[in-house]
Amino acid sequence: MTTETANKTIELIIVRQEDPESKSYEEKFSIPYRPNMNVISALMEIRRNPVNKEGQNTTPVAWDASCLEEVCGACSMVINGKPRQSCTALIDKLEQPIRLEPMNTFPVMRDLTVDRSRMFDSLKRVKAWVPIDGTYDLGPGPRMPEAKRQWAYELSKCMSCGVCLQACPNVNDKSDFIGPAAISQVRLFNAHPTGAMHKAERLQTLMDGDGGLSNCGNSQNCVEACPKEIPLTTSIAAMNRATTLQSFKNFFGSDNTA
Amino acid sequence: MSSSNREFIYRRLHSLLGVIPVGGFLIIHLSVNWFATRGVEEYNRAAAFMEALPFRYVLEALFIFLPLIFHAVYGLYIAFQARNNTSNFSYFRNWMFRLQRITGVLVLIFVTWHVWETRVAAAFGAEVNFNMMEEIVANPAALIAYIIGITATTFHFANGLWSFAITWGITVSPKSQRIATFVTMGIFAALTFVGIRSILAFVGV
Repeated sequence: MTTETANKTIELIIVRQEDPESKSYEEKFSIPYRPNMNVISALMEIRRNPVNKEGQNTTPVAWDASCLEEVCGACSMVINGKPRQSCTALIDKLEQPIRLEPMNTFPVMRDLTVDRSRMFDSLKRVKAWVPIDGTYDLGPGPRMPEAKRQWAYELSKCMSCGVCLQACPNVNDKSDFIGPAAISQVRLFNAHPTGAMHKAERLQTLMDGDGGLSNCGNSQNCVEACPKEIPLTTSIAAMNRATTLQSFKNFFGSDNTA
Repeated sequence: MSSSNREFIYRRLHSLLGVIPVGGFLIIHLSVNWFATRGVEEYNRAAAFMEALPFRYVLEALFIFLPLIFHAVYGLYIAFQARNNTSNFSYFRNWMFRLQRITGVLVLIFVTWHVWETRVAAAFGAEVNFNMMEEIVANPAALIAYIIGITATTFHFANGLWSFAITWGITVSPKSQRIATFVTMGIFAALTFVGIRSILAFVGV
């Protein structure tokens, strides 16, 4: 370490919570600076030496992480007010003190660890898969046009990180809104040539029950917040159009199953 | 989770009624107001014509009051379901989202007061004419309340048109949504001009 960085520190304020039921509190940390750190390596430094800024021994901060290359979505947290992945949050690019909070749209388990089960429940609700299982080989499915594959690929980048739900003013404790991620997955699977065979069924999942597609209030925070730059608001509008047509088919038409 | 699509229908109905008929009525109302700029006689003639429309009470109930009440009550429910977060996400559209909810509440207060002072007063025998409005806005506080109320109404309508276009799947691409922002803000500016120019006619400006 050069003398220039020897006395430099990284200042952090972390919103902590013992367990899902207890109240949250803030704890300050001051850790030695090293070049090229990210929020994860700062948290690892606290884990190595769990002492807060006042010099008192404390418990290491709990957080989730897995891939460390922004493709798994596990390490999402609120960093200086914005939900994002902590692996790509570089210390040198953050204003200090760095404020770390859990994504409190989700149930907080401990410190920065949240329970993102609702992301997966939503994928189940909208049937975000292509059902092909059966008793015999169905043979190859229809081909997908290359141009369509290209935009559908962008939608497939969703890693269920939960950042769009945290940014959405309509996803909160007072509302059941399913959120942008799952809506975009309906568009993805309805674009798939084999997936499209269950198009009407998936659209129905967005119309039935509470907290469906229509709860979107068009604040468009999701598309600004998405780390994978998925065109979420385009997906929502496209599903609005598809459900408009589907509801007309359901009410006036006869061929409403596909 | 219930399996009915009741919420979907309510939300879509809320979006539709805001434009047809409530938004349509707003445009007619503002157009009739413009007669005030042409003088007392012209305004009173227009007001009398509207008042003398056949089936007036049926038309008022079906095309104004019932849709308006549904839009207002369900709109309040929607507005208070949001947890506004413009402090962390100060994007233009997030502000518009918040303003849509703020103006919605303002418009409800304004319209209730406006109906009380004009329609309810009329039901108790007051005559709806130029003189009535002249007396109301002679009070500077009432004039300011009218100017704020009109601006909130035209904003809520114009910005509501923008989200109406998305809700029904008309503007899907980001480009069409961006152009819709310009078009609807143009509508906001034009309707606000009409509304404020007309109310000022009652104070002789």
